[in-house]
This record gives sequence, C-alpha cells and structure tokens, in this order.
Amino acid sequence: MKHLSRAYLVLIFGILYIPIITLIFFSFNAENSTAVFTGFSLRWYRELFASPETFEALRNTLILAITSASLSTVIGTAAAAGLYRMKNKILKSGIMSVTNIPMMNPDIVTGMSMMLFFVAAAGIVGISYDNMGFAAMLIAHTTFCLPYVILSVLPRINELGSSLSEAAQDLGCTPLASFFKVELPNIMPGVLSGFIMAFTLSLDDFVISYFVGSSNFQTLPLLIYSMTKKKVTPDMYALSTLIIVAIFILLLISNIRSSKEEEKRKRRKVK
Amino acid sequence: MTKKRSLMRSIAAAPHVFWAVLFIVLPLLIVAYYAFTDADGAFSFENILSLADYADIFLLSLELSVIATLVCFVIGYPLAYIIARSKPRTQKLFIMLLMLPMWTNLLIRTYSIMAILDDGGFLNQLLNTELHIIGTKGAVIFGMVYDFLPYMVLPIYTCISKIDKHMWEAASDLGCTPVRVITKVIFPLSLSGVISGITMVFVPSISTFYISQKLGGGTFELIGDTIERQFVTGALNTGAAISFVMMILIMISLTVMNRFGDSDEGGIIV
Repeated sequence: MKHLSRAYLVLIFGILYIPIITLIFFSFNAENSTAVFTGFSLRWYRELFASPETFEALRNTLILAITSASLSTVIGTAAAAGLYRMKNKILKSGIMSVTNIPMMNPDIVTGMSMMLFFVAAAGIVGISYDNMGFAAMLIAHTTFCLPYVILSVLPRINELGSSLSEAAQDLGCTPLASFFKVELPNIMPGVLSGFIMAFTLSLDDFVISYFVGSSNFQTLPLLIYSMTKKKVTPDMYALSTLIIVAIFILLLISNIRSSKEEEKRKRRKVK
Repeated sequence: MTKKRSLMRSIAAAPHVFWAVLFIVLPLLIVAYYAFTDADGAFSFENILSLADYADIFLLSLELSVIATLVCFVIGYPLAYIIARSKPRTQKLFIMLLMLPMWTNLLIRTYSIMAILDDGGFLNQLLNTELHIIGTKGAVIFGMVYDFLPYMVLPIYTCISKIDKHMWEAASDLGCTPVRVITKVIFPLSLSGVISGITMVFVPSISTFYISQKLGGGTFELIGDTIERQFVTGALNTGAAISFVMMILIMISLTVMNRFGDSDEGGIIV
C-alpha cells in the first residue's frame, strides 16, 4: 500500500512538472525552437534583458501588485474589523455575499462587467478610456483581491474576540487607538497573509486585466499573452523560468516563516 | 455605551461597502443593462433570444468542463488523501510542490503543454512519431485538468488533514474495513472540501478561453471564447448577454452545491 501510494505521488507530480521542466530546459536552447534542443546557451536570457518592453511590463506588474495589494489590505482589514462588530446579521451576511461575488463569478464575467463599467464611467466623466490605464487596473485588481483579504483577516478577529479591545477602551483608549495598539498587532499574521495573497493574485491575473487593460499599461501576463499569440521564441521561456524561480524563492521564504511561527506557537503552548 | 461603540466600529466597514456597491454591484447592473438593450440603448430581448444560437457551444463547454472536473476529482482525491496521511514535514513539501505550478502563470503552463503535444512538438520529436493531439477534445480536457488540479487537491487536503486522527482508529476498532473507513467515515467528513474543490475547478474550466485557444488548435470554440470574441469585435451587447446568463447559471449551481456542503470554510485556503 505504501509503495502504491508513493508510486501514485511520483506519477502525478511527474506529470505536473513535465511541462515546467521542459520549459526551463528549452529556455537554454541555442536555436530558436521550443521543440528541438540543439545546444546550451544563454542567448534568450540576453535577448530578454535587452528588451525594454519586458522591463516596462515587469515594472508595471510590480507597481500594480503592490498598490492593489496595499489598498485591498487596508480596506479589507477595516472591513473585517467593522463586520465583526456588526450586530445586524442580515446586513452582515448581505455584505459578505456581495463581497464574495468576484470570487465566485468566473473571471471572464468579472472582467466583462468591469470593462463595461469603465467604458460607461469614462463616457460620463468625459475622458478617453485609454487614459484610464493604471487607474482602471488598480480598481479592478483591488476589487477581486478584497474578498481574499477579508476572509484571511476575519477568522483572526473572531479568534481574538472583543474583550481585549474593550479592556483597552475601559482603560481610556479611543476606539481607534485600541484598534491600532491592541487588535492590529494580534491580527497581524492574518493581515500579512491577506496581503501576500492579494499580491500574488494581482501578479498572476490575466483574464480580468485582459478585459480591463488598455494598451498604455502593459503587465507581464498581458505581454505573455501577446507573445503567445504568435509563434513563441524561447525568450518567453526564459522570462517564465525567471518568474518560476522567483515564485519558488517566495514560497520557500513563506514556508520557512510559517514553520517558524508554528514552532513559536508550540513553545508558547508548552509554557 | 457598548452599542455606541459597536456602531462606531461598524463604520470601519463603510469604505468597503462603498467600494463593493460601486465596483461590484454597479458593474453587474451595467452587464444586465447591456444584456437587455440593443446597440442604440433601446430595450430589447434580442440579445437574450439570440443566445439560442450558442446552445451548441454552451453544451460543449459544459461537457468538457464536467469531464475535466470529474477527472480532477478522481485523480485529486487520492492525492489529497495520501498527502494528508503522510508525515507533517512531507505534507509541507508536497503542498509546496503543488502550489508552485499553481502560482506559475496559467498562460505559460498552457503554452508549455501545447509546445510539448504539438504536431512537430517535443513529444513527437522525442518519440519520433506523428501523433496528432492538439485540436482534440482530449487535449482541451487534459489542459483543464493540468491547470486546475491543485484547486481540487488543496481544499480536500485541508479538510482531510483537519479530521481527528482517532477517527481512523475508532472506525477500524468498531469493525470497519480500511475501504469502509474511507467511504463511511472519511469521505463524508471531507465533503465540504470536495464541494469547494469541484467549484474551484468547474468555474474556471467552463469559462476558460485560453486553454481552448491553445490546445484546441483553433477548432474549438467554448463559451469563454465566444465572450472573448464579442469583446474583441466590440459586440458588447451580445457579450454582456452571454456573460449575464452564464453568471446566473453558475450562481444557481453554486447555491445548489453549497446546500450539499453546508459549510462556508475550506473554500479558500492556500
């Protein structure tokens, strides 16, 4: 039984990783082919770094991911704090269902709805849609990240309960000060993981960006899409390899961080 | 006093409520508006009625995504089970291995599959064959399974790993065979994970357009492709009508599904 399950794991993970490994492999190809390997070279990496388009897309992607993750973390954390105190159950569940819509809806529908909204908004304000580039993307990304932030912060607030902040307020803290001094430090892990989740979602998003984006604000997924429209040269593979390595490092760091946190918790329990 | 406090604190949710109404509810209302008007803005049922032309495409999308979801479940459940039953350290490693492809851009993964399976692609070069894979239903389904399998495994894994370890012992002490432990005890307890896994695979599968574009070899049109084409050609009213109907259908099926799962946790992990 043990051998069988090990064989199963190897088989599935093997299949899961074959496309990724071939992709990394062909990024070092000497020739312009993603099917025949002729020799090792760093040619495609050199070409990649020589292209200003890639760097602009990378910069845009990072700016967008950082701003939308920050904005959704601030709004989402405040929302979670407010929702926790909300006495009206119907109102609360109503807000939660609306919040979850972008999470349940297919991306293509969210993208379509946002695009139609921005077209209408641009018409009313009287600016050209193309000029909205970054603003439209920021709003769209913040919107689809919000439910994930709220869902990662809310359980922490529920766990913490309200007695600590009540004690702080009885001792003379204003509600705002009690939030920042007492509650926020305690729910920080949830806030952080919400931020990280929002960041990665924004980084990775293609469908919604594709609908909402305009030509003057190109992100990496959009660039990759336009590159894969034609016959792909291995420089896209080189780009993908770099992204995969970056994600691998990020995952490794967050894994180490979370296992450290777990160890701390265990130690606290022993005490 | 407390009442005043909690009211003040509830106000913290106000920016979010404002945001949600403006950027979630309003855009959906605009979709409905476009779906029920013609290009000049006059009320019409034409867009909705013209959807009958797309019935075949819709059924094909439904067929492929249901098969992909089933395959994901059949492959994913044992995988989640094996991972959840291994040592904590090994579990972490496998979950990381599962998340790496998930966080690798979908476009890249799909393109890479295409480059491997293509007529003159890596696989055919390697085996020296002339297999024709791209453009078949199988290729599109494979792409969906490959791209969305982690979404099935992770919620099921979370559910199984939360089950009390003594359940296994108790069930077998009371005379369950190993198979019956799984079918009678573990599976029912992991049902909410299964439900969210199914949702998380089915929704992106039925609405994809990139996978069918690349692995369908241009011969497949799924409902996602239709919406995308309306968007590219500027036929926004028809596009809105298809999106609107798809949204309603998905919302209904999700509500029905959630009745079975009766749980709102386990939905999103990662």
